[in-house]
Formats: sequence, structure tokens, C-alpha cells
Amino acid sequence: MSKFIVRRVFLAILIVVFGSFVVYAVIRALPSSYVETVARQRAQLPGSKSYAEWVAQLNALFRLDTDVFTGFVGWLSDAIKGNFGDSFMYNMPVTEKYNNVIWYSVALNVITFFTQTLIAIPLGILAARKQYSKTDYTITFFALMGISLPTFFLATVLKFVFSINLGWFDLYGIVGRYYEQLSPMGKLLDMAHHMVLPVVTLTMLSVGGLMRFTRTNMLEVLNSDYIRTARAKGLPENKVINRHAFRNTLIPLVSYMSYLIPSMFSGSMITETLFQIPGIGYISFDAMKMGDIPFTMFYSVFLIVLTQVSLLVADIMYAVVDPRVRIN
Amino acid sequence: MQTKQDYLLEVKNLKKYFPIKAGLFGRVVGQVKAVDNISFSIARGTTMGLVGESGCGKTTVGKTLLRLNDKTDGAVEFNGKDIFNLGKDEMRSIRPKIQIIFQDPYSSLSPRMPVGEIIGEAVREHNVVPADEYDSYITRIMLSCGLQEYHKDRYPHEFSGGQRQRICIARAIALNPDFIVCDEPVSALDVSIQAQIINLLVDLQGEFGLTYLFISHDLSVVEHISDTVGVMYLGSMVEFADKREIFRNPLHPYTKALFSAIPIPDPTVKTERIILEGSIPSPANPPTGCKFHTRCAHCMDVCTKVDPPMVDFDGHMVACHLYPAEGRQ
Repeated sequence: MSKFIVRRVFLAILIVVFGSFVVYAVIRALPSSYVETVARQRAQLPGSKSYAEWVAQLNALFRLDTDVFTGFVGWLSDAIKGNFGDSFMYNMPVTEKYNNVIWYSVALNVITFFTQTLIAIPLGILAARKQYSKTDYTITFFALMGISLPTFFLATVLKFVFSINLGWFDLYGIVGRYYEQLSPMGKLLDMAHHMVLPVVTLTMLSVGGLMRFTRTNMLEVLNSDYIRTARAKGLPENKVINRHAFRNTLIPLVSYMSYLIPSMFSGSMITETLFQIPGIGYISFDAMKMGDIPFTMFYSVFLIVLTQVSLLVADIMYAVVDPRVRIN
Repeated sequence: MQTKQDYLLEVKNLKKYFPIKAGLFGRVVGQVKAVDNISFSIARGTTMGLVGESGCGKTTVGKTLLRLNDKTDGAVEFNGKDIFNLGKDEMRSIRPKIQIIFQDPYSSLSPRMPVGEIIGEAVREHNVVPADEYDSYITRIMLSCGLQEYHKDRYPHEFSGGQRQRICIARAIALNPDFIVCDEPVSALDVSIQAQIINLLVDLQGEFGLTYLFISHDLSVVEHISDTVGVMYLGSMVEFADKREIFRNPLHPYTKALFSAIPIPDPTVKTERIILEGSIPSPANPPTGCKFHTRCAHCMDVCTKVDPPMVDFDGHMVACHLYPAEGRQ
């Protein structure tokens, strides 16, 4: 087992290095250069240096005067030491900026993860148990509607109904008008209140996929011979479902959900923008648009590392849910 | 003839049709008559063999007897009670009494459950033994099925086919059943293992006083284990008799053809094999009259029109126009 883990970790490191190189090369090749934008602005100031001089100076400052490969090696050697540089746009260490915004997104996505799981899995099981019935078709219909509707449409409808017509929630923002005057507990509740609509939006979008996935896997298990055996044993139906069928559906589910973990930290750009939540989805999009290389690099590499870690965790989780993988 | 009280299981005019659905709205356009008007009885402590070619409805009969399928019509009386009339609680209390051993021991064991749990789960569920005797009870059952106590914590994939079938048998026996449907229990096994499993079933029958319905397409196995034999063709029973009687004197042309296919392990014996023409018709659209008439060498006019009734010749029952009710051949 330890040999397996060591090999997996080594592979993961290799993937992280190559993955970040690809990201770095792509960013350097992008037409939106932060240096050129700034140089153009500065060159227009009265009595300033010429555009070319500004570009040369800024490139030297940001260490962009080298070729892609050398630049990447420089970034990598700093990154290994834990130094990810300062953000071009925000003039502060990227890790600090990241830390400021990430938790909004994480809170949003973790809550969504739980609501989504709690809704999708029971619905998927129900749909599978009553395959081709009216229940099944109804669940599938709403699930597919959730998958198909664009985020902005769903969010707009929700805002229209619950903010404008009913007035239950603020239209946007993460905190209300009187946030500063609230007690710590009140502040928390205020934030939670503002997260309701974004969470509902994200949940409705993601329930469909997980529900369909649960249904398909459950159906496959339900049609297998050992479920017939369990029924022939005279077990009550809920035990047949919970102990025999669902347990065997868990394995594909665990691997599916392990892919959701990194997505929790990647933010949800459209939803965050629509509700004006200063999460990582919105900020990183801005950073990429402006060619903020250190921030984009940190954001991407963080996600690559996270994906690798969660895959590793999933492999270990298999051993927990599947005794056949367990190695003594 | 045995008296009525001796029968553990009586099946009366059992029918099981599966609807064929088509089109956008799942309109029922036809029916597959998997089991069409079958009657038979099994005496307590005996084994009935049920033979027939693939797709003739043998397994559907077995599954319907356990109420794993719903019936379309007819009755299944177990200890004198029609199991299809039982309420939920009554049915639950009778479930452990009727058990089944499935054909494929590879897929019919839950892959993520240790063997002890597979065998014992339903024992606890139905309170077959008091909680403090549970462990020793499971061990005893496993030993009597040729398994060892240390197998309890192992998982099904660690066993060979024969051992897996022993687990399936132990699982069924553990519930202290009266009646076991053996649905081709040895077809998936090597011939050498087949004999072990058959002998185990015979031993357990003596030990626990079990009654078997032994479904198989292997006639040699059926001849070895059965007391009575029923022959099925396309969802119907064509012949039913005592084992010795039916193997010595098969009456129905289909039974004759089927039995002529039994290989005899002696190259000097010349057998006359009856080769049937054509293949088995679709059970969704069975031939009129006698279902076998399309392949029968003795087909008469009446066969194409009238479905022959089951006629009883001193316990040897046959449904064929060659043997009319009046006057024995």
C-alpha cells in the first residue's frame, strides 16, 4: 500500500509541474498583457518616458524579459519556496489576496455540495426504484431542466420572484446595509441570508447531474443477481436498498464527488458575478482578463494540486467503502 | 397416489405473462406467455425435477413460487395456503420457509459483504435463532455445507465457483426452510464440482427434511436427484410423472426427443437420437392448438386446432393427443 501511495504522489507532483508549465506558457502567450496596458497609460503622462522604455522597465521589474521556459523555471523555484509573488493588479501578495476572497466561494460551494448531495442522492435512488414510472419521469424532467437552464436565467428568475416581488432577499452583495452595526452572530446570519439565493441557484444547477449519475448506477446494481438474492432471503425492501444496493452504488459516487472538491475552490464565476459576491470566481476572472500572471498562476496551480490531492484521497476512500480494494 | 395432505406445495393453473410494450406511451401490444397454465404438486421431503430447453419458462416458475414475480393467474399453495393471498406480515413470516438457490454463484453474492454476513443477515432479520446462539448457529450451518469457520470474514471473490455455490446453499439453509427452489444450481460449475454440490444437496435434504424443486436442463442430474419429473415446453407442462416411470417410458414426443439426447458414457451403445426440426417458437406468439405441433413428427389434424388437456394415467400425466383420455395406449 505505501509503495502504491509513494508512486501515486510522485506521479501527482509530475502532473502539477507539467500542468503549471502549460498554464504559464498559455498566459505568457495571451494578447492581454498587463505590462503593455500599464506602459501605454504611463507613456501618455506628460513628460514621461517612451512606451518602449516603460515596457522594458516593467518587464524587467516583473521578470518578463526572459523566454517562457526561463521564466517558468524562475517562477517554479520561487513557488517551491512558498513565494508566489505579488499580484500585478492588487499590489499585495497573491496568497493574501487569495485568502481574502476564497472563503466566500468555499462557503458557497460547501453549502451547495451538501444541499446538492442531500437532494440528488435520495431522488436518484427513488427514480431508480421506480424506473419508468411517473415519479421517475417527473424527477428526471426537473433534473434536466436544472441542467439545461442557463445560470443567468435561473438567477434572474429567482431574483425577480424572491427579491423584487416578495422582497425576502437583497438583490446582490454578500452583506446587508447595516452589517457593521450587527453583533458577530448577526453578521454571520446576515451573510447566510445573502447566500440563500446563490446557493439555491447553484444547487438547482448541479442536482440534475448527480441525480442522473446516482440513478444510472443504482439501476445497474438493482438489476444484479445479488439483489435478487437479497430479496429471496426475505429482507425488507429498505434493507435491500440501503445495505445491498446503495452500498455498491457508493463507489462510483465517491469518485464522482471527489471531482467536486476542487471545483469548490475554483469558484462559480457566473453566479458570483450575478450576485456580486467577491469570491474567487469573479476575482480570478478579472485577473486573467488583465493578464495578472502571478495571481492566475497561483489560482491554476492551487486547483491542479487540489485535484491531485482529491484524486489521491478518492483512491484511499475506495479502500474504505470497498473491502475488496483493502490491502492487509 | 398420495393423499392431498402430503403435498407441501401445490401449483394450480399458474400463469405468468409479461407484457410487451411498444411506442411512445408504452402501450401493451402483446404478451409473452412465460408460464401458461401449469399445475403440479410436490410431496413433502421429495424432489421434483423440472426440465425443458432454454427459455421455456422454468426459471419464471421458480421465481413466481417465491413471489419474486407477481403471477398473472392461478394459485401457489404452500402448506395449504395460497401465498398470493397472504398479507404483508404473513408473507414476511413465510419468506424464510421458501428459499432459492440461483444459477450463477459468481453474481448472486453481494460483492462487498463478508460471507458470514451474507449467510447470517437474514437469520437475524427473521430471528431464526436467539441472539446468543447466532454465532454458533452460523458456524454449524457453514460446517454442514462444507465451509470452514474462518471463511466468515472473507469476501465472495476469494472463493471458487463450487465454494461460492456452497455459500449460496448455506445462505438458503440457514433460514431453516421447508422448501428450496434450486434454479440450475450446478449449470455454472465444472462437472467434478457438480457432483459434490448435488451430493451436498442430497445430504442436506436428509438432514433437514427439505423439499426441492430442482430446475435444470441437465437430464442426467435430474435423473440422479429427482423423485418426480416435469417436462416443460414453451411455458406449458407437457408431461409429469414419477422419475423411474418417465425415464423408462416417456410418452410425449417432446419428452422422447429430449431424453434421446442424453449422452450415454459407453461408445459401443448406439442411440437413436430424435432430432427436432426447427427451433422453439416465440412465446409471444405461440402456435395454436398443441404448442409442440410445429416440430412434432406425429402431428395430426387435431393438434393444430385443439390444445391437448393433461391426462392422468395412474400418476403419469401427459398432454398429447396421441394419448386420449379414453383408453390407455
